[in-house]
Amino acid sequence: MLVLPTDVRRELETWIGGGYPEETCGLLVGRSDRGRTEATRAVRARNRNRERARDRYDLDPADFMAADQAARADGLEIVGVWHSHPDHPAEPSETDRAAAWEGWSYLIVEVARGRVAAVRSWRLDGPRFVEEPISTT
Amino acid sequence: MNQITIRIPTPLRGFTKGRDEVVVRGASAGEALTNLGEQCPGILERVLDKDGKLRPFVNVYVGSNDLKSMQGLATRLEGGAVLSIVPAVAGGAEGRT
Repeated sequence: MLVLPTDVRRELETWIGGGYPEETCGLLVGRSDRGRTEATRAVRARNRNRERARDRYDLDPADFMAADQAARADGLEIVGVWHSHPDHPAEPSETDRAAAWEGWSYLIVEVARGRVAAVRSWRLDGPRFVEEPISTT
Repeated sequence: MNQITIRIPTPLRGFTKGRDEVVVRGASAGEALTNLGEQCPGILERVLDKDGKLRPFVNVYVGSNDLKSMQGLATRLEGGAVLSIVPAVAGGAEGRT
């Protein structure tokens, strides 16, 4: 289960709506223990894929390292990745699956005509993604 | 030999008993990673391919410099250097152009 506090979700929705029609991406920072992941904050990152920014993202490693360092300093860790699917369902694509890592939550936000239409989270289980429930506190 | 700190990303901490950093010895990035593999069995296969090259979805940084922009695994390391294993984070919707 992914615990996504309301203020974190609202912040994400603002970033994602503002970034439309391009994909936006970033990281989830918090704690993860025995199948329960809590995202205490979200971090926005730059998308290095400028040629296909509408349907691809390639998160800037410098932003990853900065977020990782800040998380460690707070006794937290990177627990997942978020990105938007502009005018596309909040389901992982083959591109998402090929690049995914086990142990992280992958939060995908469908944004249709600039408005958030669906928020779903997935975890890699062997070769495939399995949806996990989201609890908004 | 130089003492090197290797930062381990969350998805690979299952190989390090949960540790977020592992200290190894090594004069080059490749040597440090090989020694990491000896300390933490299984981790190296997630970082290097069978030819001993970095896997496509893995980046390794020395400080804030990407190994790919240096001499790759042959990059020499000073004592006290920090290597960061950085998972490539990529994806996106597809099927549209």
